[in-house]
Amino acid sequence: MKFQQIDQFAAGLRKETQAAVYDGSKKGYDARTKTLFDHFEDPNRLRRVAGEIKQHVVENLDTYLPQVEAKLKANGVTVHWAATAEAANQAVLAIMRARGAKKMVKAKTMVSEETELGHFLEKEGIECVETDLGEFIIQIDGDHPSHIVKPIIHKNRREIATSFEKHGLGAYNDDPQTITRRARAHLRNKYLEADVALTGANFISAESGRLVLVTNEGNSRFCLAATKCHIAMVGIEKILPCDRDFALLLNLLARSGTGQQLTVYTEFITGPKSAAQPDGPEEMHVVFVDNGRTDVLASDCRDILRCIRCGACLNVCPVYRQASGHAYRSVYPGPVGAVLSPLLAGKKFPELADLPKASSLCGACNEVCPVNIPIPDLLLRLRNKGKLEKSEAAAAATPPMGGWAVMATQPAAWKFAMMGGKIIDHLPVKLVPVPVFKAWTGSRTLPGWKGGEFRKWMKSRPPAAPNVSRGGPSGPALPEKTP
Amino acid sequence: MNTDREAILSRVRSALAPLPQRAQRPDWEAELVHMRTMRGDVDAWTLFRERLKLVNGLPLEGAAALVDWLDQNGWRHGYCDPELWPRLQAAFPATFTVEAVFDRTRVDDYQFGITRAAGAVAETGSLILTDASTSRRLAALTPWVHIAVVSRGQIHLDLQHAMTALADDPNIVFCTGPSKTADVEGILIEGVHGPGQQVALLLE
Repeated sequence: MKFQQIDQFAAGLRKETQAAVYDGSKKGYDARTKTLFDHFEDPNRLRRVAGEIKQHVVENLDTYLPQVEAKLKANGVTVHWAATAEAANQAVLAIMRARGAKKMVKAKTMVSEETELGHFLEKEGIECVETDLGEFIIQIDGDHPSHIVKPIIHKNRREIATSFEKHGLGAYNDDPQTITRRARAHLRNKYLEADVALTGANFISAESGRLVLVTNEGNSRFCLAATKCHIAMVGIEKILPCDRDFALLLNLLARSGTGQQLTVYTEFITGPKSAAQPDGPEEMHVVFVDNGRTDVLASDCRDILRCIRCGACLNVCPVYRQASGHAYRSVYPGPVGAVLSPLLAGKKFPELADLPKASSLCGACNEVCPVNIPIPDLLLRLRNKGKLEKSEAAAAATPPMGGWAVMATQPAAWKFAMMGGKIIDHLPVKLVPVPVFKAWTGSRTLPGWKGGEFRKWMKSRPPAAPNVSRGGPSGPALPEKTP
Repeated sequence: MNTDREAILSRVRSALAPLPQRAQRPDWEAELVHMRTMRGDVDAWTLFRERLKLVNGLPLEGAAALVDWLDQNGWRHGYCDPELWPRLQAAFPATFTVEAVFDRTRVDDYQFGITRAAGAVAETGSLILTDASTSRRLAALTPWVHIAVVSRGQIHLDLQHAMTALADDPNIVFCTGPSKTADVEGILIEGVHGPGQQVALLLE
């Protein structure tokens, strides 16, 4: 039997990488718990309300999208629409060409990872520099981010120092402070030389058209202080109904992502710079990107569009911690990625249909989600979809269930199997030379057989008293102990 | 692009059409996001000062305290918003070089930049900068030290309140402590692209 792809990847992971991912994600989780639960009376209510707001937006995008478009135009922003990744990249290129611009600085945006904007622009002869420290390191390494918030969680300082040396950023030095100072010196020239800045958006208000950007490093602030043109690539689901909702979502975002109360730079952008301000963009564009989102909206997994990209579900996921982000073979790793990536893949869904199976359904991802997405439920729906579409990737490592189905639908056969199973207690299971068994028995002891005990218990149970309502606020109380 | 607009909106409409009902917009009360650790027995500046220190920012009161601190650290070359300079000039000795014009071709010459804040948020220790208050965006960002001048009356108690009072300004920034990263092995390093020192200077 073949292992699932994610298991194969995890098995081949270097010990060093696995340790980095495990420690890095655990650290994020502990900080989150502290800030959220120490600060608020009822943090779970915050999560639920935030989830309801986002669900409301997702289910009313037909109203909100034209509304936010009108606000943006009134604020002096040019609005573009891109149905596909290619269209989004072309829209950005057209804006660059119209200005005769050759250089772009870029803040971290997940949607531009989806469209692979950086590679696209390089091919068109445009210099496109990632300014987030982690993303910059990813860029010079020709690597891919492996975490939504901590893109280089899989790298250690020695690997970073080696690539800095290789790319002419100073002699080998693996002190994190030195690495950061060298990036600071290198990147400030890039900002000052660039003509166009590209950012994403964390939220955008339908009430005012205000766009919220959060960073800790200040790179998006620098982008918007040094350049003359601002392009924001925004997924169509990023809308919030009003400015006041920022307070709720911002209170959750930083705590869930990094355990901070608020990110260092929280920017509210409504348009080009004011006339009296010497620095900053004279023109601003928003590119609304679909790239598969309307397919997600049409599916029974549309709840995933609430996601605010905090990365909390990655940090807490036992599978992510062991397998690392690259195991998910897509832009979005972890539990959110296991739902979102196969859906965004569109026709290529079957290729990623194994991802929803990379979960023990422990529910931790739902518990930490700042917008309360029922990720385990969505994973189950996608497992079903994978089965219905006969995806080979999803079928890998799934034992044939035909025999079980026959047994479970015929009471006599089931009863016989339950009784007969006792024989396992007397067999030398550890010695069975079948690799699938050995993989289990090598590190586990099979517990004693308990088949048939539930039936015995059911039979010995006294019949339930008639006309007793089970629960309900007005019904009689349940007996304290059921026999 | 217009065809993409129509395509997206029509796909959104047809995706939502089969829904028997749409999720309602929930109402939420300001108390929901009130932090229980907030002290109610002190004035806004005292509270802001405490919270700013928690994010490694530095609160200072009066021009003399600022000059002492800059002098001790050897930071004697900087930029100051020309509108603020008349209020600060007397406190700065001749050993300091303070420019009223910021030259973007030599950003690294400025060790500090002094600009006006548009407000502050006590709960989070954030300084609010706007285009209207900030004489130069770059001057509030590129020097190692950023000093934002704030007065008592400008301080919002919490984020919720600040959010309902957002100024009519194209670029509002909440700065919460110095620029930082933890990208390399989760180790906190301050002063990535922006200031390594964030000062809130109280001037009345």
